[in-house]
Amino acid sequence: MMTIPFKYIVRSLFTRRLTTFITISGLALVVFVFVAVLMLANGIRQTLIATGSEENVLVARKAANGEISSIIPNETYGIITSLPQVARNAEGRPLATGDVVAVINLNKIGTDGGLSNVTVRGVSPAAFELRPQVKIVEGRMFNWGAREIIVGASIERRFEGTQVGQRVKFAGDQWTIVGKFETGGDGFNSEMWADVRQIQDAFSRGSSSSTVTFRLTSPDALPDLQRTFEQDNRLQEFEIKTEKQFFADQSEFMAVFLSVLGIFITVFFSVGAVIGAMITMYAAVANRTVEIGTMRALGFRRRSVLMAFLTESLIISVIGAGVGLFLASFLQFLRVSTLNFGSFSELEFSFALTSDTVIAAIVFALLMGFVGGFLPSIRAARLNIVNALRSV
Amino acid sequence: MASIIDIQGVSKSYWRDSFEIPVLNNISLSIPEGEFIALMGPSGSGKTTLLNLIAGIDKPNSGSVVIAGTDIARLTESELAKWRATHVGFIFQFYNLIPVLTASENVELPLLLTHLSKAERKKHVELALSVVGLADRMDHYPKQLSGGQEQRVAIARAIATDPTLLVADEPTGDLDKNSAEEILLLLERLNREFKKTIVMVTHDPRAAERAHTIRHLDKGELQ
Repeated sequence: MMTIPFKYIVRSLFTRRLTTFITISGLALVVFVFVAVLMLANGIRQTLIATGSEENVLVARKAANGEISSIIPNETYGIITSLPQVARNAEGRPLATGDVVAVINLNKIGTDGGLSNVTVRGVSPAAFELRPQVKIVEGRMFNWGAREIIVGASIERRFEGTQVGQRVKFAGDQWTIVGKFETGGDGFNSEMWADVRQIQDAFSRGSSSSTVTFRLTSPDALPDLQRTFEQDNRLQEFEIKTEKQFFADQSEFMAVFLSVLGIFITVFFSVGAVIGAMITMYAAVANRTVEIGTMRALGFRRRSVLMAFLTESLIISVIGAGVGLFLASFLQFLRVSTLNFGSFSELEFSFALTSDTVIAAIVFALLMGFVGGFLPSIRAARLNIVNALRSV
Repeated sequence: MASIIDIQGVSKSYWRDSFEIPVLNNISLSIPEGEFIALMGPSGSGKTTLLNLIAGIDKPNSGSVVIAGTDIARLTESELAKWRATHVGFIFQFYNLIPVLTASENVELPLLLTHLSKAERKKHVELALSVVGLADRMDHYPKQLSGGQEQRVAIARAIATDPTLLVADEPTGDLDKNSAEEILLLLERLNREFKKTIVMVTHDPRAAERAHTIRHLDKGELQ
């Protein structure tokens, strides 16, 4: 089948600059929204996945859907940290931390008294060995045994009264912020850390912790450890995951929720864009009836005409996808925060553009172009030559 | 001389709403190879319909239309498209050039339906445009040309594939006197020098005079 020259298709597209521009804009807007939502979901996923390490194991109570709803008694902590799969530091102590996680309310900057949840994590000294990404960038480390606290950089950016040197009040006490830490953008960046004993005391947690995180002696020890947790009666109420997996699971609900919501909104938007593309293409067919009749008279087949108009519609949609993606790519420079349903706390993250999102956006745009262009292309292909030539 | 066009007992009618409108009534016509024939007649006499049947862009309700040995009324739509690409050169009243393509690209259009290489197509385009005297306007778009020049480009497009016959529907209908004269001279030359069979529909008696034969149609019948 001889096809109608590509230059005819492209040049025709740009003879109707305004309608083409409007159609491309409509498609670009839909692609922008589609991509933005996927980037948001990816951002949450990537932030939380980056929070955990593959080398660490996190123990939580079974059926707890987050650290906050998990409780591990002190005796269980003792059992876990004495397991042979737990790595030890140079001094022979287990490389483990029994974190206590609590949620407090703080005023968000720029919300005129709007409160939001912030995770406070009580940690033991090994926490800093287990999570070497946590680095003090301002002030100093808190003193063990004192009501002192260090804040993640995202907290300091977004909440009132969280600068180094200021004091925050929670759990009936004043806590002095003595330092700010940076983790390179993971979930810990949106937390406040203090001595675990102080947090246990302030929140009346006794000696229990929320979760236990420890370093494995080697990654191969995980299946063995899994068996131990299944077989030991004292550990059967608890489950283990790599720290990375645990935090990835924490992101799943939010990421899926955002993706579904976003796709739902986008589908509504796309109906408008598809109708726009369809009107443009019908107008293109109507304006070029004589050209179609002439080309058919010269010997071009119906299929060639169909393909030419469909290609035109697909080109519009690809340009729309390109513009939408280009604009959405600037969102990567934004950092936003939202309440993560996994931890019930504010989580700061960036929009993350992945190759999967780019492919999904292009496929989605092509689909809109195809649906919008199909019926007009069929009309073009079905034009009767004699009638088309008469419509001068 | 052998007939290149042999039309026997052709009738054609159109349906408008539920009314059948007869356009051609039992037409028979033979045109020898190398002929230059003008079809004349009042509006609605069926001359353009007859031209469309000869050009293979319409089909009769009955009868046969044999062109160069092929009964084109029996061809399928895609066979007919292929047949048109090799056997017919079209010249329209309003030139019907593609506005977004240059003169040379317009002339190349029917050549894309052949098996010619790009270099061969280029040669054909140059030759066709030089025959019509527009070799220096190859890169001009239709809107940059006068009406007469546009029609000459359309003629170049019609002859580029070296078709069996040229069909011209009111080729001078949209042109001033001088441009019309140029086009008629060109058609005469194509017929005389290049031995092209030309079937021309016209209202204009001065245009018809340039043809070897004039046939009149009235109310769907050949006079």
